[in-house]
Amino acid sequence: MSASVTTAHNAKRMNRAALVRRLVARIGEDPAVIGGIGHSNFDLWAAGHRARNFYMLGSMGLAVPIGLGVALAQPRRKVFVLEGDGSLLMQLGCLSTVAAQRPANLAILLLDNGTYQITGGQRTPAELAGTDLVAVARAAGLPQAAWAADEADFDRLVAQCLDTEGPHVIGLKLDDAPPAGQTERDPAQIRDRFMRGMGAKRSGLPG
Amino acid sequence: MLRPDEGGRMSSEQPGDATAWPDQIYDLLKEHGIRQVALVPDAGHARLIRRCLADNAMRVVPLTTEEEGIAMLFGAWLGGEKGVLLMQSSGVGNCINMLSVAIAHRTPCPMIVTMRGEFGEFNPFQVPMGQATPAVLEAMGTLVRRADRPEDVAPTVDATLRLAFNTYRPTATLIGQRVIGAKTFGK
Repeated sequence: MSASVTTAHNAKRMNRAALVRRLVARIGEDPAVIGGIGHSNFDLWAAGHRARNFYMLGSMGLAVPIGLGVALAQPRRKVFVLEGDGSLLMQLGCLSTVAAQRPANLAILLLDNGTYQITGGQRTPAELAGTDLVAVARAAGLPQAAWAADEADFDRLVAQCLDTEGPHVIGLKLDDAPPAGQTERDPAQIRDRFMRGMGAKRSGLPG
Repeated sequence: MLRPDEGGRMSSEQPGDATAWPDQIYDLLKEHGIRQVALVPDAGHARLIRRCLADNAMRVVPLTTEEEGIAMLFGAWLGGEKGVLLMQSSGVGNCINMLSVAIAHRTPCPMIVTMRGEFGEFNPFQVPMGQATPAVLEAMGTLVRRADRPEDVAPTVDATLRLAFNTYRPTATLIGQRVIGAKTFGK
């Protein structure tokens, strides 16, 4: 259970690419990481490809439900989902769906820059309204949801995801820096690589 | 030949029984190794949902919208499990854009759809989406097969499950409202 009392308005605004690099360095090889649409998966790609990275190139709002399916299929493996605030808003009900299933191995990292950055930085309705998405997650039935106060607090929360049963939610307030790279755009290849990394591909051939 | 199914008796043991099709679908889900059952409830699926809920080897996931189900089945496949999406024809309209996930990644996405808005419908709101369901599914690259008689349901579901898992694409069985009406509306 998180002891953090950080709220949306006093969380430090951090750099997405740097945070994703911290995450990847901290979690090791085994966990799956699902990068949501847009800059969420761009910065996962830019942090260096891992065998168990999945990059979601299209359809807003699906990273969390995809992560739920993966987490239920492989309950002994930690599954981290990187989802943007705009995407989560498009599929907010998934928080209740996850809360109802309580997958102990699932961690949702909310990458909240308050904008639709990839389309020109337009502010989201939640940003305009002052909606606290971590508070929304808690109210949806995910009590292990907390804003990261700063980078050190983020490291602590990631360690909690690795060491304790979830589902967990980590809210990350972000600056407006652009992504550090751009994912190669071949969804079938991305899917194939990920399934091999997960041991889910039924093929006797290497590679 | 209608008969009550109290006491958990297996109607699927009687192939001629017009009410046995939900149990036959359940048997097919077992045969195909389905582990994740995503759904937005429909009265026409109520009996199948009860069977799945009673099965500890199946994870039944109630969704807030059918879109989640398309993504969840995709995640299941990525992790090495098979899933199926149960919904009503109105729900098809909710998940059209998301079918691009299965098309772009070339992954199975079997859907079992109970139809409304086409045979003795009483709700005007069900008619537009019910009439458009096969067209919009096919427009998004889904292979669609219909069952309009109780005895056609199991072979059609079997065929669309095979098409999905063997050819890696979205498929749908549409169970006609005439079939469902015979079971559900008499209660």
